Amino acid sequence: MSGALATQVGQLARRSVLRTLRQPAQIVPALVFPLFLLAVNSGGLKDATNLPGFPTDSYLTFALAVPFMQGALFSVMNAGTDLARDIETGFLNRLALTPLHGAALLSGLLAGAVVLGLVQAVTYLSVGLIAGADLAAGLGGALVIVALAVSITVAFGTIGLFAALRTGSGEAVQGLFPLFFVVLFLSSMALPLELLQTDWFHAVASANPVSYLLQAFRSLLIEGWNLPDLALGFGIAAAILAIGMTAASAALKTRLVRT
Amino acid sequence: MADSEVRMGIEAEGLVREFKNGPRAVDGIDLRVAPGEIYGFLGPNGAGKSTTVLMLTTLLPPTAGTARVAGFDIVKEGGRVRGAIGAALQEAALDPLLSGAEHMRLQTALHGLAKAERGERSRELLARVGLSEAAERKVGEYSGGMKRRLDLALALVHRPRILFLDEPTTGLDIQSRTALWDEVARLAAEEGVTVFLTTQYLEEADALADRVGIIDHGHIVAEGTPAELKAEIGRPTVEAVPRDPADQPRVAEALAPFGESVGCSHRTGAAVLLAGGESQLADVVRALDSNGIAIEQLQLHAPSLDDVFLAKTGRSLEGAGEEEDEAGSEEMEAVQA
Repeated sequence: MSGALATQVGQLARRSVLRTLRQPAQIVPALVFPLFLLAVNSGGLKDATNLPGFPTDSYLTFALAVPFMQGALFSVMNAGTDLARDIETGFLNRLALTPLHGAALLSGLLAGAVVLGLVQAVTYLSVGLIAGADLAAGLGGALVIVALAVSITVAFGTIGLFAALRTGSGEAVQGLFPLFFVVLFLSSMALPLELLQTDWFHAVASANPVSYLLQAFRSLLIEGWNLPDLALGFGIAAAILAIGMTAASAALKTRLVRT
Repeated sequence: MADSEVRMGIEAEGLVREFKNGPRAVDGIDLRVAPGEIYGFLGPNGAGKSTTVLMLTTLLPPTAGTARVAGFDIVKEGGRVRGAIGAALQEAALDPLLSGAEHMRLQTALHGLAKAERGERSRELLARVGLSEAAERKVGEYSGGMKRRLDLALALVHRPRILFLDEPTTGLDIQSRTALWDEVARLAAEEGVTVFLTTQYLEEADALADRVGIIDHGHIVAEGTPAELKAEIGRPTVEAVPRDPADQPRVAEALAPFGESVGCSHRTGAAVLLAGGESQLADVVRALDSNGIAIEQLQLHAPSLDDVFLAKTGRSLEGAGEEEDEAGSEEMEAVQA
C-alpha cells in the first residue's frame, strides 16, 4: 500500500471509529438487543436440550452463537446508514474533490464496523461466559470467536455499504434490517440442522450460509477445535466480504461520477 | 482573454447538462473567467447554477460542450482540475459528529499535505475564518455562519488557485454574510485566487463580483460588470399597482406613453422604463389620476441587477426564485440520483 493510500485509509478509519464511538444510539442497541434475545431464548427453549441428538446440555451455550450474527446485522445498518448520510449531506462530494482513492473510502468506512464488531464480540462472549455458557476451545477459542465475529461484521458491513451506494438513502439501508432478520430466522438459529424436522425449513436452513457461520461459533463453544467447521465459517465470511466489496466498489464508481 | 490567462482561469464553451426524463438544466453556456477575478453567477433556484458548478468541479460530467478549469479539461483531466480548485458546495457538507479541527485534519491529510504541515495549516485557516476558539467543538454545535466559514477553510487547505462557492451565504445573517464577503474579497485581492460564486442575492453579486453572469433556465441571459449591466437598462423604472387588480390593463395603458413596458415585480401591476427619466414621474401620477385609477403602490427605482434580470427574462429574480423552487429541487434530486 502506498504512503498516500495508507494515510487516506488511516484518516478515514479514524473518522469512522470516532463517529461510531460518538453515537451511543449505534452501539447500545447492538449490544443490548442480542443479549436480551439470548436471555429470552436460553430461558424459553432450554428443554430443547432434551431432544435426542442435541449437541449440548446447555441451551445457553448453543444459543450464544446467535448474538454474534445479530450484531453483524447491526453493522449492515450502521455502516450503510453512515455512508448514506454522507451521500445525503454532500459529504461524499467533499471527499470526492480530494485525491481520494475509492478503496481507501470503503476500507476506512469499514474500520468503524471493526471496532463495533470487536466491542460486540467481547461483550457477548463475556456476558455469555459469566451467565454459565461453556467454551470448549478455551482461551484460544475465545480469540478465534472474536476474530470470526469481527470478520463477519466487516463482511456484512460491505453489504450495508453497497446498499447505501446504490440507493443513497439511509431509510433504504434500514429497510434491509427486517430482511436480514428473516434470513437469520431461516437458519439453524434455534435448533441444529439435523434436528430440523420440517422438510422445507431444513432445506432452506441447509442452503443458508448463516447456518454454517453459526456452526463455526458453536464448534468452538461446544466441541472444541473443529477445523472443517471453522474453515467453512471463515470461508463464508471471506466470500461475503469479497462479493460485498466488489459490489460496493462497482457501486462507488457509479456514485462517484467525478470525471 | 489571452491564452496564458485562460490557463489560469475558467473557460467553458457550449456546456450542456441534460438529466434523464428531466429538464436541460444547463443549456449551452459559454463562460470566461480571468485569473483573480470574482465572477458572480446570479440566478433563481433551478436556473442551473449548481449544475454548472458540479460540472466545472468535475463532479458531474457534461452532456455536451467543453470546459477548462485552471487550464485542464474537466472531462479528460478531472484529477488535475480537482488539484487546482477548492469548492464549498451548496449546503455546508460537514460531519456534525466531528470537531472543526478534526475536519481540518481529515481534509489536509486527504489532500496529501505533509504531516508536519497539517497542524500549522489547519490552525492558520481556522484563525483566518475566526474559528480558533471553536476548533475543538463538534460541528453539530456550530451556527450556520460558523459552518460556512469552516466550509471555506476546508476548501482552502491545499491553496487552490480557483475557488468555487455555491451560494455560500444562503441562510446567513447579515454579519456572517459580510464577514464571508470580506474573506472572499481578500482571497481574490491579496492571493490572486479566482472565485466563481453562485448566488441568488442581488446585493451579493453587486457588492462582491467583478463581473456577473445572469443565468435563467440554463441560459446565460446577460453578462458584464454590475455597472455595465445596470447601464444597459440605463433609465429608472416606474411600477404602479392598482388598488383593484381588475384595473391592471388600464394601468398598463396609462403608462404606455412614458416608455417601454417591462415586467413588473407585482403580479397585478404594470411597469415601464421611463424614456424621459425621473422627471416624468409627475406626469405619470397625473396620467393615472386623470384615468381615475386608484393606486395601491407607486414605485420609482434606479436600475438594479434585479431590473436587469427583469428586463432580460420578464420576471423578477426574487419572484422567479419562489416560482422555481420546485424545479430546483428536481434538479438537485436528478444530480443526486
